[in-house]
Amino acid sequence: MYSIGIDTGSVATKGVLFDGNIVDNVILPTGWSPKNASKEVFNKLLERNNISEVDIKRIIGTGYGRISMDFADKAITEITCHAKGAYYLNSNIRTILDIGGQDSKVISLDEKGNIIDFVMNDKCAAGTGKFLEVTLNNLGIDVNEIDDLVKDNKPMDISSMCTVFAESEIVSLLAKGGNKGEIASGILYSIAKKSSSLLNRVSIREKIAFTGGVAKSKELKRILKDKLNKDIFTSDNTQIIGALGAAVIGWNLK
Amino acid sequence: MADYKELWKSLDIDLEKHDELCEVLPEFYGDIYMTQKNRPEGMNYYNFVVSEIHGFRIKELNEFRGKGGKVFGGFCVFVPDEVTLAAGGVGIGLCGGSDFWVPDGEKVLPRNMCPLIKASVGAKIGGTCPYFQSADMLVGETTCDGKKKAWEILGEYTPIHVMDLPQMKREKDIENFKDEINIFREKVESITGNKVTAENLKENIKLVNKKRKVLQRLYNARKVQNLPISGKDALLISQIAFYDDIERFIEKTNELCDELEARIEKNISVFDEDTPRILITGTPMAIPNWKMHHLIETSGGAVVCEETCTGTKYFERFVDEDNDDLDSQLKALSERYMGINCACFSPNEGRIKDIIRLYKEYNADGVVYNSLPFCHTYAVEYKKVKDALDKEGIPVMMIESDYSMQDAGQIKTRLEAFFEMLNMNKELAL
Ligand code: SF4
Ligand code: SF4
Repeated sequence: MYSIGIDTGSVATKGVLFDGNIVDNVILPTGWSPKNASKEVFNKLLERNNISEVDIKRIIGTGYGRISMDFADKAITEITCHAKGAYYLNSNIRTILDIGGQDSKVISLDEKGNIIDFVMNDKCAAGTGKFLEVTLNNLGIDVNEIDDLVKDNKPMDISSMCTVFAESEIVSLLAKGGNKGEIASGILYSIAKKSSSLLNRVSIREKIAFTGGVAKSKELKRILKDKLNKDIFTSDNTQIIGALGAAVIGWNLK
Repeated sequence: MADYKELWKSLDIDLEKHDELCEVLPEFYGDIYMTQKNRPEGMNYYNFVVSEIHGFRIKELNEFRGKGGKVFGGFCVFVPDEVTLAAGGVGIGLCGGSDFWVPDGEKVLPRNMCPLIKASVGAKIGGTCPYFQSADMLVGETTCDGKKKAWEILGEYTPIHVMDLPQMKREKDIENFKDEINIFREKVESITGNKVTAENLKENIKLVNKKRKVLQRLYNARKVQNLPISGKDALLISQIAFYDDIERFIEKTNELCDELEARIEKNISVFDEDTPRILITGTPMAIPNWKMHHLIETSGGAVVCEETCTGTKYFERFVDEDNDDLDSQLKALSERYMGINCACFSPNEGRIKDIIRLYKEYNADGVVYNSLPFCHTYAVEYKKVKDALDKEGIPVMMIESDYSMQDAGQIKTRLEAFFEMLNMNKELAL
């Protein structure tokens, strides 16, 4: 028997096949139809592992497209799934900082992996993946290059948290001949600042997990670690954590 | 709705703009209210009141004024209706709960201000609210800074009397507010031309207490496991209590309560058995602001109580009825009203106690702390409330939101996650 968790986000749709352990995972672009994307991920998981629908005991949908997944047994929010997924990867985790494309959130867990508290940033792109994307665009560099660019550079002060104002701030720094590495470093510091103020809205307990696409930046992880003065756990599986949590929940459902 | 054009014209309403409002409201109400399943029969009265919101009641008020009666418009639960009624006047609540009025409010007020104030001021200066137009005098109070200063602007458009509400709750503050009520009495007397006597005040203290009792009866029906009425419907009734004819309101709401109590006996519920029960606390929800209740009850939760001005703050605790002289009556009024735990007071420990008590009384599973943007008093007070609730092990979530529906999707996700968390807590407790 297996369970499947599918996380349909605005950019990518992720699926995890689970039997008590992670068996397989699939990531596809969501495209224009979250419904089709999630079905496709589902089919691919079955196909690749040579199994059929009768072998699946539960399908759980999550992410913003969860409501359109009519073949799922249950829809559960990404917040709950995220918590379950991170806890599955490391059961010492008590606080999760997740910086996604559109929003960022902090989740606080108990020793059994249940959510005690959570906060999200309010309808604002400050400190999210979007902020990074837009501001890096001004520098003409890609998210994947940021670590190399930032390395050993002192951060330049970017005082605006607001994406729109930060953009113009960066443009004028560039016009004054500012160094790209220093500006990029400043951008990461700005995200770290916003994230730690979000973290401070719950009681931070160790261990802390840092997830979401932005967590791929080792430099940002280092800055956060220095700022909080605490160890931070990241995982290579960061993209599939929501789908993994959904699969774990499905597996545990009676 | 019958044709009220002539009536509106006589009240100096901006008819064209007003039509826009009349166009959207029925659909808005229909989407939010008429889609509910298994509603109590008795809700038909309140459906009627809303469908005639700018008609029937306005006509009544107009007739009353035609006979020399005076109407007083208030914004806050501190204005003592007992005094108004004793002088033969009628008090109505005037808070603005819709985005519709905000742009007009922003013509004279800064943008970064609580939408309740902007909407209330906008409704007056845009001439689109017949209730404002029916008021012979507005009654403001010195509660939060935003309101305090807004009265000065509103005063340019219409006569307004401002009551000085103390900001603390010491013995001398209660004395002071008693004086304020007395000044208000003189004001009301001078406008209506009628004297407030110990006899008629006593009678009206009893009458307003009766209204409080029926609201308490309604809320008692929400304490049971099988909820006979939705939170949305209960909120609507609280909102209507602010401006409906008091005797009729008491009668109709008692009828509804009979039905609800019969439902309780037969275990008829409007929600599934294990729907998470939510206590709402925070800023007032003026009609037609049904946003948070709607989002909660379409995301898998049920609202069981409102610790707000359009909830328990309005009706809990009675005015002592056993006084026969004006002085003791005014004192009793001051004591009742100064017992309201509004965030405008400092300190305001009573509110925290209320929240914990109501959480238990209504068997709630979690608390949603709802605040309008730019409301400093309620936003600041969140920390103290959250700390106290954490200590009690009561889950709470803060949602700051205005009247627009732009953030509805995100709020729904947060609510769903909150309910998932509450459900898991429940499972663990089993
Ligand atoms: S919250 Fe306070 S100031 Fe606002 S309406 Fe209620 S009692 Fe009045
Ligand atoms: S909600 Fe807050 S800011 Fe708005 S009127 Fe009431 S107390 Fe003042």
